[in-house]
Amino acid sequence: MNIEILKLLETDSKMTVTDIAKMLGLDEAAVAADIKAMEEGKIICGYHTMIDWDKVAEEKVTALIEVKVTPQRGQGFDRIAERIYNFEEVNAVYLMAGAFDFTVILQGTSLKEVSRFVSEKLSTMEQIISTSTHFVLKKYKDHGIIFDVVKQDERLVIAP
Amino acid sequence: MRNPLSKTVVNIKPSGIRKFFDIVSEMPNAISLGVGEPDFDTPWHIREEGIYSLEKGRTFYTSNSGLLELREEICKWYKRKYNVDYDYRKEALLTVGGSEGIDIALRAMLDPGDEVIVPEPCYVSYVACVELAGGVPVSIPLKNENEFRLTKEELLAAVTDKTKVLILAFPSNPTGAIMTRKDLEPIADICKEKDIIVISDEIYSELTYGEEEHCTIGSLPDMKERTIIINGFSKAYAMTGWRLGYALAPALIAEQMTKIHQFAIMCAPTTSQYAAISAIKDGDKDIARMRESYDKRRHFLLATFKEMGLPCFEPKGAFYMFPCIKEFGLTSDEFATRLLEEEELAVVPGTAFGDCGEGFIRISYAYSIDELKEAMERLNNFIKRFRNK
Ligand SMILES: Cc1ncc(COP(=O)(O)O)c(C=O)c1O
Repeated sequence: MNIEILKLLETDSKMTVTDIAKMLGLDEAAVAADIKAMEEGKIICGYHTMIDWDKVAEEKVTALIEVKVTPQRGQGFDRIAERIYNFEEVNAVYLMAGAFDFTVILQGTSLKEVSRFVSEKLSTMEQIISTSTHFVLKKYKDHGIIFDVVKQDERLVIAP
Repeated sequence: MRNPLSKTVVNIKPSGIRKFFDIVSEMPNAISLGVGEPDFDTPWHIREEGIYSLEKGRTFYTSNSGLLELREEICKWYKRKYNVDYDYRKEALLTVGGSEGIDIALRAMLDPGDEVIVPEPCYVSYVACVELAGGVPVSIPLKNENEFRLTKEELLAAVTDKTKVLILAFPSNPTGAIMTRKDLEPIADICKEKDIIVISDEIYSELTYGEEEHCTIGSLPDMKERTIIINGFSKAYAMTGWRLGYALAPALIAEQMTKIHQFAIMCAPTTSQYAAISAIKDGDKDIARMRESYDKRRHFLLATFKEMGLPCFEPKGAFYMFPCIKEFGLTSDEFATRLLEEEELAVVPGTAFGDCGEGFIRISYAYSIDELKEAMERLNNFIKRFRNK
């Protein structure tokens, strides 16, 4: 496992093995083998693309749902989490410390669709005590990337 | 009308960079690797502190030497990192960039005819500042085969009975060379033996890569009393436009530097000083983050040069590479001019940093990897065309 490789890929999953090897002063074959091992070991779990869907005509709604549950004997929270995260429309599920138990992030095409999911699928699970749904109005920054800011190089073109 | 100008000023050579600046500015598709400042924004917590100080109405002069708290933090920081003790009450001075520090250190020490040893290639301001202060610059051409470090023999050969000051600037702009404690020890011995004062420009101290940490010559035995450390916030914290630097010097010298500063400048920018408190107190992680990023680019360029067969020693500091271009049979200036005309890639000819920079170009890696990649393609095309002829 090589943390430096992970740090590079985390900010740019398109980075090639050749470039990574050069930037870290490593051998290309070694980098490729390392990445493969980390993929197989599920340290690298996927390669995603950051998209600002607001700029695309297609309607998308993101909801953040706080969920309180009663943990099941012998299985703790994991079993309920599984029942929630298996829905395709669920984007992320986090177990939380604090006033509620799960954060569920959901993506749908309309408010109605999301509301229906919450009332019909989530709330009806017997272990779920309550839900509280919040809708995202605008994303400013995600995964460390600030949306919508085009950076110009404002430095003098040549400086001592 | 009489000639209104000072002979000293008129005789100072204009910077060799100007010409390229004018050409590049007219070329919209040109890529420049010619910039000597970080590409990062100043970390937000530092900018935020500057904004807060403005909101609070802290818009007045500070004391001549600068905010007491900032001086204290700077001295603590230097002690912690580089093991030198400076008294923040009498031996620290906030300046308008490291630039002002260099100028007033020289002016505080030089009388007409005093010689100042300037190892070259080096930052553009030293020779001019020595001349403005009435001193005589004595250049030492540093050598590629020594990885542009100053050797004991070179120094000894340049010393005369008029020698008063040595300017040491490592990590180096333009070569990226560093000098380790071991490299500095023999230099320090000669300075003590020949009674030479050192101006140590350590503006790139935080950008040192590899195993060795930066070492200040002021930390070597009995060197503090004859060392003036120049440093600042420009490179370490990506704060070039804030114009804030500092000098650490023995009280005897610091007092006279402060006198010049007091009459010529009054005080360093107040907003910048407040922001800098946040930098020096909480900025170690920012330095580490930026250094890591520069280091990756450095490796990237080293590997790419190797593929191209462009000879370059491994620089361990700052954000510059200084490859040798002698094989192409062009002067540095011709090489840089043609590279710009034919590939629209701007670099700085080595001669901008002293005559001994002939045969080299300075490449800055204060650019994103994508920009560096594109630039290296252009450089490679240029080189290949040459070799195919
Ligand atoms: C070696 C060296 N010293 C000093 C300076 C001056 O920096 P500042 O006045 O921004 O602190 C520079 C800037 O490029 C430099 O490269």
